[in-house]
Amino acid sequence: MVFAVAAIGFWAARNRAMTSADGDSRALHSLPNYYGTNAALSAIVPSLAVLALWLIMQPLLIETSVSKLIPDAAISEDTTRSLMMSDVRRIAHGLDTAIAEGGMTPDEATGLRSELTNLRERLASVGVALGSDVQAEVLFAAQKYRMMTRRASLYMMFSVLTLAMIGAAYAWSRSDKDFRARNIVEKAVLALLISAASIAILTTLGIVMSMLFETWNFFGQYEATSFFFGIKWAPDFRGDSALGILPLLWGTLYISLIALVVAVPIGLFAAIYMSEYAGPGLRAVAKPLIEILAGIPTIVYGLFALLTVGPALRDYFAQPLGFSGGADSVLTAGLVMGIMLIPFVSSLSDDIINAVPQSLRDGSLGLGATKSETIRQVIIPAALPGIVGAVLLATSRAIGETMIVVMGAGAAAAQLDKGLLEAINPLEAMTTVTTRIVSQLTGDTDFAAPETLVAFALGLTLFVITLGLNVLALYIVRKYREQYE
Amino acid sequence: MSTEIQGSSLFAITDNVRRRNLAEKRFRAYGLSAIAVGIIALIVLLSSVLSNGSGAFMQTYVTLQVELPADKLDKQGNRNVEEMKSVSTFGYTPLIRAAVVARADQLGWGMPDGMTPKDMGAIISKEAAAQLRRFVLANPDVVGMTVTLEMLANGRVDGYMKGRVDREIAALDGNVSPQQLDLVDLLVEGGNLEKRFNFAFLTSPDASGQRPEAAGLGVAILGSLYMMMIVLVLALPIGVAASIYLEEFAPTNKWTDLIEVNISNLAAVPSIVFGILGLAIFINFGGMPQSAPIVGGLVLTLMTLPTIIIATRASLKSVPPSIRDAALGVGASKMQSVFHHVLPLAAPGILTGTIIGLAQALGETAPLLLIGMVAFVKEFPAAPPEGFFDPASALPVQVYNWTQRADAGFVERASGAIIVLLVFLIIMNAVAVMLRRRFERRW
Repeated sequence: MVFAVAAIGFWAARNRAMTSADGDSRALHSLPNYYGTNAALSAIVPSLAVLALWLIMQPLLIETSVSKLIPDAAISEDTTRSLMMSDVRRIAHGLDTAIAEGGMTPDEATGLRSELTNLRERLASVGVALGSDVQAEVLFAAQKYRMMTRRASLYMMFSVLTLAMIGAAYAWSRSDKDFRARNIVEKAVLALLISAASIAILTTLGIVMSMLFETWNFFGQYEATSFFFGIKWAPDFRGDSALGILPLLWGTLYISLIALVVAVPIGLFAAIYMSEYAGPGLRAVAKPLIEILAGIPTIVYGLFALLTVGPALRDYFAQPLGFSGGADSVLTAGLVMGIMLIPFVSSLSDDIINAVPQSLRDGSLGLGATKSETIRQVIIPAALPGIVGAVLLATSRAIGETMIVVMGAGAAAAQLDKGLLEAINPLEAMTTVTTRIVSQLTGDTDFAAPETLVAFALGLTLFVITLGLNVLALYIVRKYREQYE
Repeated sequence: MSTEIQGSSLFAITDNVRRRNLAEKRFRAYGLSAIAVGIIALIVLLSSVLSNGSGAFMQTYVTLQVELPADKLDKQGNRNVEEMKSVSTFGYTPLIRAAVVARADQLGWGMPDGMTPKDMGAIISKEAAAQLRRFVLANPDVVGMTVTLEMLANGRVDGYMKGRVDREIAALDGNVSPQQLDLVDLLVEGGNLEKRFNFAFLTSPDASGQRPEAAGLGVAILGSLYMMMIVLVLALPIGVAASIYLEEFAPTNKWTDLIEVNISNLAAVPSIVFGILGLAIFINFGGMPQSAPIVGGLVLTLMTLPTIIIATRASLKSVPPSIRDAALGVGASKMQSVFHHVLPLAAPGILTGTIIGLAQALGETAPLLLIGMVAFVKEFPAAPPEGFFDPASALPVQVYNWTQRADAGFVERASGAIIVLLVFLIIMNAVAVMLRRRFERRW
């Protein structure tokens, strides 16, 4: 309906503008369609804003006024007012369904008295199940609720339509050849663009708020100090859990460390070779091949860890050495994650090495250094801040990685209380922060239990750590770039 | 004196030079081997997935003559479908068993000691009884006749046909015996058992934990498709609008800075954090249903936005300022110059970035786990837009789901699903590369 008004407004305003210019569009300030669009926007924007506001406010207002109808005496001891209100809503909804399906006439629905009819059975016959027999007060409230809702929707339709028409008419009356329609339309488009850009901020805000709120709840139930400094992780949904983050952090950092030990040398050397030695032929083949590794979803790496790397390490490495672990281990997850990070490190370092000015290379070679000496003693030191930034970014990726550790690192938390040897054995299964978030939040969850809420605290910790690493890395990289620009 | 000159000649190889040249060679070898390691890792990764998963695309089927006795299936004898529904799948199992026994007898099967007709029937999938029941209820007239029916073989039999299970394993396995495998060999000779391409893997829904042979990707592919539709419809316009503002209109002030910092940080936030956002905001606060494609689509939209924004900004930036100046010079407004000239010229780059963003979103798993998409979903979601709110699965989540199950048949299925996922990704990336080749313009 609103859109119909907008369409009429578009056409009318465009015509009026054209008439004011005697049909010569060159005499108009803006193109004719801008006048139309202006009218359409004036119809749509205020009316839809009112509609949205109304839809939010209406249930609130009706609820409060209806809930006053239920006297305190009618609320028996085993229920609360809010439970009664949900009954009211259900009955009102049931009456609507009954009318829609022809089980009742509208007059009947408003005139019903619970003393006279068995409402429960009649509603059940149209598929609306009620928990118990209906009290007279509740039925009365439900009928009132229905009436108010219907009246309110009527008012809403009326006011929204009126507003749309007023908007269109106002825009129409202003449409003449000197009216600057384009400027207004462009302002509206600009507002749209700004709001699209602000979604990024809203998302960040949403992330932070959602986690802060639940973390606050969690710390209401669980001591913050024992969360941050506890060395035991043993959640138990029957209560009395030990929820210390340190074993999880240790698992996360240990796996990330192994991943970096794999990824940084390989990625760095690959980048050096690719930018300093490789001819265009090798570069054209090898660079995309390595970058394919970056495009492979993490679930594929997870499956690779689970099916290939894990069993291989167990059969050819752990068991000959006398360890009897399962296929899940820190080493499995670390190795596979390292493979995943190779392209990440190599393409970032490649960019950075390429940004080192050619004059430095020429100078060093001119003094008689070999190519590798130039790289080691001139290029790497010059590129070092950038490389450090790349490694930090890779670390943040490794810490936040989920699927590889869920499928490859196992579910048992690191046993920090069992001594050093147990804690640093890379063939042991260790769980990470991300793995625990997944396992605490999947399946049937109870959002009042600290065992569930701890996932939000873990998530917030993860977010803060990765955010810190990212900001630091971006800062370093930016500083470094400025140095050579 | 001449010896001294020779000693310090550039052409003479001194120990020092030899050492330095060796170091140079070593250094090159390190670099080359690093590249080799990367490529080998890629090859091992892909070949392991391929070799594990190719089996999922073949499936063993058993074709048998099944007798449908009227006195068992339709006691009243009036072919009333409502009354025939009272016979559950348990009523159909003996018929299939009888069909196996009958065919085995025909082929001259001597029943070994310790084997019962029940064991013989067990070479057929448990799914077959339900399949037969559906068939009979859809065609009530076949009752009393003998029909030729193609059924799935049991997962272990399927494994035997693919070489995953052999007699040694079967002797240890409680679910299959060597005698059953002898029977399978007999049926293969009789032409009743064959291995064919498995279309059902792509179209049928998931199956319960004991029937890997019946599990398919239908619901997961549809769920992923729905989510990609939502991501495309939301992320592309929002991302493009945001980039246009930031690149063309934004004044340099605190607010713009804040947006920029936010976007670059969102691009690096761990994906699981977006899952927490989806759970807390969309499901717990917004009251949206669990495991629905709409929630998954919204979460993936937020994750894809930074990718699209970064790509779009790069491609807007590559349009030379002369285009803008020319448009402004002939009297266009700033808005007109952007929408009529800059945006169309940047479109190929934007499209490429969008496809790459979509490909990333397609493979994303962790956030979907948190919003309940791991649930076992056997029903297909309805057509959109209502279907966006129905429970569904997604390709990568289905892979994870299958790896968590005990039966070894699911490992093969999971790898097969990965192949399907990778094929989709390759297609998307190939399209992106093609678009770039076809439309890329160097200014």
